[in-house]
Formats: sequence, C-alpha cells, structure tokens
Amino acid sequence: MSGPLSEPETWTGRALPRLEDPAIVRGWGTYVGDVAARDRGCLHARFVRSPHASGRLISITAPAGVTVFTAKDLHDVQPIRAVLHRPDFVAVDTPVLATDRVRFVGEPIAIVIAASESEAEDALDLIEVEIEQLPAVVSTAHAIAPGAPLVHDVEFPGDPNTVVDGRMHTDGFDDAFAGAHRVVSIQVSSARQSAMPLEARAAHAAYDRASGRSTLHATLQMPHVTRTGIADSLGLPEDDLRVVAPDVGGGFGAKMTLAREDVALVWASRRMRRNIAWIETREENFLAAWHSREQVYDVDGAFSADGELLALRGDLVCDVGAYCCYPVTWGVEPLMAMAELPGPYRVREYSVRSRGIITNKCPIAPYRGVSRPMQVLAMERLFDVAADELGIDKVKIRHANLITEFPHRSPSGLVLDAASHQETLAAAVELADLEDFRSRQAAALAQGRYLGIGISCFAERTGYGTPAFAARSRPFTLGTEQAPVITPGFERVILTMDPSGTLTLRIGAAPHGQGLKTTLAQVVCDELGLRPDAIRVIASDTDQTPYGWGSFASRAMVIAGGASMLAAQELAERLRVLAAERLGGLPVDIDLVDGHARVRGSDQPGVAIAVLARDVYHSSHLLPDKGDPALEAVGVYDPSGTFANACHIAEVEVDPLTGRTVITRFLVAEDAGRLINPAIVDGQIHGGIAQGVANALFEELIYDDRGVLVTTSLMDYLPPTVAEMPHIDIVHLETISPASITGAKGVGEGGTIGAPAAIANAISDALKPFQVGVFHIPATPHRVRAAIRSGTDLHVIPLAVPTPEPEKEAQR
Amino acid sequence: MSSTVPLRLYVNGDRHDVEVEARRTLADALREDCGLTGTHLGCEHGVCGACTVLVDGQPVRACLMLAVQAEGTMVRTVEGLAPDDETLHPVQQAFWENHGLQCGFCTPGFLVLAAGYLEEHPDAEEEEMRDVLSSNLCRCTGYQNIVKATMCAARTMRGESPEVEATP
Repeated sequence: MSGPLSEPETWTGRALPRLEDPAIVRGWGTYVGDVAARDRGCLHARFVRSPHASGRLISITAPAGVTVFTAKDLHDVQPIRAVLHRPDFVAVDTPVLATDRVRFVGEPIAIVIAASESEAEDALDLIEVEIEQLPAVVSTAHAIAPGAPLVHDVEFPGDPNTVVDGRMHTDGFDDAFAGAHRVVSIQVSSARQSAMPLEARAAHAAYDRASGRSTLHATLQMPHVTRTGIADSLGLPEDDLRVVAPDVGGGFGAKMTLAREDVALVWASRRMRRNIAWIETREENFLAAWHSREQVYDVDGAFSADGELLALRGDLVCDVGAYCCYPVTWGVEPLMAMAELPGPYRVREYSVRSRGIITNKCPIAPYRGVSRPMQVLAMERLFDVAADELGIDKVKIRHANLITEFPHRSPSGLVLDAASHQETLAAAVELADLEDFRSRQAAALAQGRYLGIGISCFAERTGYGTPAFAARSRPFTLGTEQAPVITPGFERVILTMDPSGTLTLRIGAAPHGQGLKTTLAQVVCDELGLRPDAIRVIASDTDQTPYGWGSFASRAMVIAGGASMLAAQELAERLRVLAAERLGGLPVDIDLVDGHARVRGSDQPGVAIAVLARDVYHSSHLLPDKGDPALEAVGVYDPSGTFANACHIAEVEVDPLTGRTVITRFLVAEDAGRLINPAIVDGQIHGGIAQGVANALFEELIYDDRGVLVTTSLMDYLPPTVAEMPHIDIVHLETISPASITGAKGVGEGGTIGAPAAIANAISDALKPFQVGVFHIPATPHRVRAAIRSGTDLHVIPLAVPTPEPEKEAQR
Repeated sequence: MSSTVPLRLYVNGDRHDVEVEARRTLADALREDCGLTGTHLGCEHGVCGACTVLVDGQPVRACLMLAVQAEGTMVRTVEGLAPDDETLHPVQQAFWENHGLQCGFCTPGFLVLAAGYLEEHPDAEEEEMRDVLSSNLCRCTGYQNIVKATMCAARTMRGESPEVEATP
C-alpha cells in the first residue's frame, strides 16, 4: 500500500485492505462444507452417476437398508428448462435425475442418503445400475453429420443436434469481401476447460418442521435465481425456500448455473424431513460441474493492401454438451461469439454464422470470459497472420483498425462506449520496448534459443443489464401466461441507517471473492461522509436481501455499485435536509464529512450524523420534513453496459527440443475506468491472467472416443502453480464513461480474455524460424514439439466421425 | 457401521479426545471432531494443498494423513497461527495488507505453508519461497500477491520493515 501522503481524500480510489479478510485469514470463514461440518446430526448425500456417455436406463437396484431416490421417486418434480425466444433455438428439458436416458458420463441418476459421508460413499458401491449403451456423439462434426444419433429426441429446425444457429450478414459484405486486396483465412480452436473453483460444489439443505420451510446453503453466484429455479421444479412458493450462499470458494461462472444436485437435495431433505449435506468430490466436479471453451472458429479477414480490415467472416462452432444450462441457456457461448467477435476493431462489413451443437458430454455453462478468449484468439491471430502476409508491422496493423470514435456501433449492433483502445496498445508497446526485445530475440536465436513476443487487444463488455440480455431473444409481449424467457439484468439495493448512525446495505449481487463488500462500502461512504467500518454489507441470503441477479459477467461493481451509489445519494440528501433545518442554510450547503453534517465554509462543528439518525427514529414527531420515520433508501440500476479495454503483451521462450513454453514477461495496459479499489482491480487482472495462461498452455478436459472423460483429477488436469506464473506488470489508463454512473467499468474477465491470444501470438513469433504457428490451445509441449517436427501449424486434430460416410473436415 | 477408536489429538495447544473411524482422515477429524473448520478440502487427493497443516512443525496434506497417524504429535492449523484474537500472525497480517487472498478457500493452506517455512527459514529469498509456495494451488490470485505478501511477512519476521522496496 502506498503511504498516507499519496492516499486520495476519498475512500474510493484507495487500495483499502478488504473488510472481508481478517476473519478469513484466521480460518473463521464459513463455507458450505463448514455449515455441514458444524451440523452434527445431518445426513449426507452422494449421487449415482452414469458411467456411459449415452444409454437407456434399464434398472436401478439397491440392497435393503440403503436409502436411495431415483427419478421414479421424483415423479412430481418438474424438469429444469431454460429457453431463449428465437427461431433457431432448440429447447430441451433437464430432468433433475436421469429418467429413461443418460446423456453424458457423470449425469446424476440417483441420490443416496446415509448417516455420514463415508457411509454414503460405501452405499454408492452397493447400487447396481443397468444401462443399455447407445451410440454416443462426442464431436460436433459427428453430431451434425447426416444420420448422426440424436442427443435429444426433439425436432431440430436445421442440422441434427444443432440447438442454436445464429446468422448475421451486412448489406455491403459481399462487395467488400470480393473487392479486397487479400483474404486471410485461419482456424482457431480451444480444448474444453473447467472453471475449477478451488471449492467444488457443496450444498446443505435444512428442513424446519415448525414452519415447513427449507433452507439451502450452497456455493452459488445467483442465490435468488437458484431459489426461483428450485421452487419452480419442486412446485413450492418461493417463500418456502431460503437460499444462502455463505463464503463461496470461487465461482468464475461455474456457480451461476442451477445444479440438478441442489434441486434433488432440497427434495430429499423435504421428503425425509431431515438436514442433508452434499459435498462434491473433485472428480465429480470435473465430470459434471459444467465445462466450457470447446470451440472451433473459422475466420476470414478481407484486407486492403495497407492492412485495413474491410470485411470479416466467421463460422463459429461451440460444442455445448448434453443439456441446457439454467438460466442463461446453451446459447451463451455462440450468441456472445456472434455479437462480439469484432471486438475493439472497426469492422464495417460482417458475415457470421454461430452455432451451438450438442454432444454426449458434460453441458457447458459460463466460465470467465465465456467465448471471448476465443474471439480474441481469432482476431489477434488473424491480425498477426495478416501482418505477415501483407508485410505490415504488427503494431501498425492494429493501430490502423482499432476504433477511435465513441460511441461506436459495431456491425452486430453493440454500442461501444468511450474507451482507450489506441492508447492502451501504445502504452503496452512502450512498456514492452519492442526494439530492445527484437535485439534480445536475435541474440538468443544466434545461441539456438527461441524467444517470442505477442500482442492482444480486446474490449471487455461489462456491467450489462436487462437490455443486453433482452437482445438475445426476439421481442415478446407480456400476456396471461408466464413470460417465456428469463431476462437478467438489474440490481437493487436497500440502504438503511439505524438509530446509532451505522449503515446496513442489502444487495442482490452475490460476491464470491471479489471483495465487493469492501468496494461497495467505499462507494457508499464517500456519499455519506462515513468510514467503511460503519457499514455492514449483507449479501447472498434470500431472506435478507432484495431480489437480484447475483455476481457474474463482470457486473457487480458496475451495477450493484451504481445502485448503491444512488441509494447513498438519496440517503445523503435526506440527511442534508434534516441537518439544514437545525444548522441553518439550505440542504445544498450541507457537507457530510467525518460522521458529521456541517454548513460548508462554517467553522461550527455541525451535527453528528448519529444524532440525526437517532432523532429520525426516536423523535419522529419532530421531524421537520414530516418524512419517513426511518432512514432508508432503495437504489436500482440497470445500465445497458460499458466496455473496459486492455492490451496484453506476453514474452515467451520456447524450448524446441521439449516443446515447453516459459512465459518470461507479461505486461498489461488496462483501462477499467475509475478504480474503486486499485488493489482489488489488480487482483482481478492477476487471477484472470492465470486462468488465461491455463487456457493457453496447460488445462484440457479430454474425452476418449467413447465419450468417457479421462482427466478427472488434478494430476491430469493441470492448473498453473506459482512456478508457471510470470511476474505481471500492469499500467492503468482511465477513461470515464457516462455508461457507468460510478465511472467504474467491470474488470473481472479481462485477464482470462486477453492472455491466451497474447501467448499464442508470442509462441508463434518464437516459432517463426520453423514457419509454424499456434492455432489451437492449450499449446502443450507435445503439440508444440510435434508442430516443430512436422513443420505444420498447431491445429486441432478432429476426432474421426464414426458414420458410414465420414465427412472430411477441412484442415487449414 | 465401522468401529471407532479413541484418539487423543493435540491441536494448537489444545487437547481433543475424540472417537474416530480408523479410516478417518486428519482433515475430517480436525474439521468435524475438533470443530476446526479453517482447514479446507479442495481436492482430497493431495494436490491442491488447501488442507495443509503442520504436524510437528512439518507441512502435511491433512487429506492424505489418517487421524490416527497424528496421535502423539503436535498439530497446528490456521486457527493456531495467531497468538490471540487481537493479533494476527505476520503472514496473516501480510496477506490481509497485500490483498493476498480473494475467495479465501486456499488461503489457510498457503498461510500454514508459508508460516511454517518462514518460522524455520526467515531468511528465505523469493525464488526459494516461490518453490515452497508451488506446492499449493490458488485459483483466484494468480499468485502475484501471495508471493508479495509472503516476502513482506518474511521481512517482518526478520524484524525488518514489511514495506516492499521499489521493484526494479
């Protein structure tokens, strides 16, 4: 932390140590497993899971004395259903426990209940499941081939197993494309990844006989939406269910989706009228707790001779697995890719097809960045390849195409607000000192060492409310039936000052490690002249907080932060009115400073805010404004969204003998608008980059050709340790955009979005002497080594399509 | 079901007389029988290190050790790092001041690992500490501030100012 002299006079802008931390560093946090450990009498649940990728469920038998429930017991439970209102969208039901079919390895079939976790695990081994295996579809190429087995027996409007098929084509595209000097075509792809929060899923369902209510403690990003989803499935009024997300051990998107297991657990707890805990194992987490990133993008850029991108074409394919995630649906990856592929670049003409294709694999759900790591990989590899083919400098070609005027309307209709794309590129390049690098690179090459540098520029769409989610569906009107689509977006907060003058802020957002309680306290206290320790932020408990959408999509600081600021401003105005009456002057002349209301410019001590607060409650008959005998304000904020932006530069050294890549330097020029807490912002960037490094070099969920996941432990799936992480240097630029009332832009995903492309470009730069480039990630040592040895670019190797007439997939 | 055995554990200086199944891990015994839930379980196969505790001063994966194997040893968990409720251990203090944690799930393991090593090797250099810290996984911080906090704690434990000198 910087010294007191350089501290700003406001609470915002300070690297304030987090209010959350003193308890956590002592081991006094409360995670769901701790709730279960402290409930000595609670029962424990385990799930019987499918060992096959596709099959017909014939029978489930358990010996006497084992408590087990199957779909037959849950006959009155409604399946989970999430839909979008668009003609290309195919909806399916997700049964809470598999009914007659299993569709991926790890799918829950039955819930076993026992007195302890180990006894539940023992019981699991006693249950016999008979499944008639059916042909499995394990690749998108196979899934859309004529005659392919259908993952779900539903109507597909287009190709088989295609559940989202978005298209867009601008009027001038064909002419621009045909008239271009050169068309550069690439294919990029990513392996499947797991968000892998360090705390796997966990839930504890309690049943209260007196009230008939259930309380679910679960590790969640969306407690209110989880309550809605479970109540819908079980046919409960929402009031009969309280959902609490206590301390949450990381989410990264993976905990925003409704878990079938959580629904089954609440059902079993109500059925047995007992408390039951379920603590997911790491193996189950890999098998069944949502995957992401398995995408293949074919992209063509039509360039002028001087490097201007005249038209962009994309054919984007996302393998979305076997079921549709609730609430954001399996449209989340393909539709985001379609809307945001052009990123921070001026793309006047755009033609895109973006598909979600289902397979017999674990369903996908949002994971930090969703499809943007791949979008940026596509665009940044495209610019590097185009620069080489056109003989243009890699920095210049980016400067020539980055947008400069704001607001900017993208070809897909997105409006990009004020940002600093050119400036962050320039700042990162200056930090990198490219000339110095090129001389180091040449000297190293003379010694047989291969250094490379890679750039990636991106726009990170953040803090988007209802309008952005509504745009994913066709418009609909409200009628006598329930609306067809769940449309997230707003945030609402309730700020209360009690008679002692301290504050309680109840929020609908649901933090899970972002330090939101600290940053919201900073925002609120600046409006009210109080210290952050005078405010308690209450989140993630549906009994205590207003309905909200939780924390995901880099939204909480922007949206909950904006709502908190509005509530604080309203409360501050009331305090000024009350103070003006007794101090003299007008409310606009009153400053709230250091816990007091004072007349501006006066040397009088003024009146303590605590006195004003006490009087509102205890002398309400004397209130001069005849107002509410309480100090409470509601803040609602629902913005259309704002774009943070950044440029990442990675330096690597590749060992051509082993294919191993070491990142030797990582530079970031970031513009997240106004930084509420700079330490927390940098922490988000650091952590995001680590997950981007993981995507680029290490992590990969691998299915065999029968659809069995073979990477089910941390010995097979390899998150980076500190030994693999470079030192990260960050510089901040600050564009204050009117699209966010606090001036803050979201910054939760940028690290993950930008890093893979910078690293892939850097490895490709290092491998230039071998004339091979990286087009598939992770660029693991064996892949890099094979590329060097074969002299062919590093691409995805598609699985063979097991149909009578295999379709050849074009390899570029 | 399975029969239990009586077991006496010494944890953070306190005696715990418990009855456990022979197969019970030290982590489960600490969390459920001793009520010390600060020790977290991230993988239960010995990779992530969230469950790291000190057994006779040495770091141990509590998910891979049976509770009965800890009989006769002195166990120290994250709850036993700070001398009292008013004071933090230098490593805890440094993690707090340097934003060395986000979700906090891995944090007890890192704190115990770093505190245990620094108490025996207060002169550890950054490279050496990075090597030690690479035993554990963190999914939130990218390790930048874990390393920074650990080196600050090392300076405090050597009696130097914890402030970071300007990085070159």
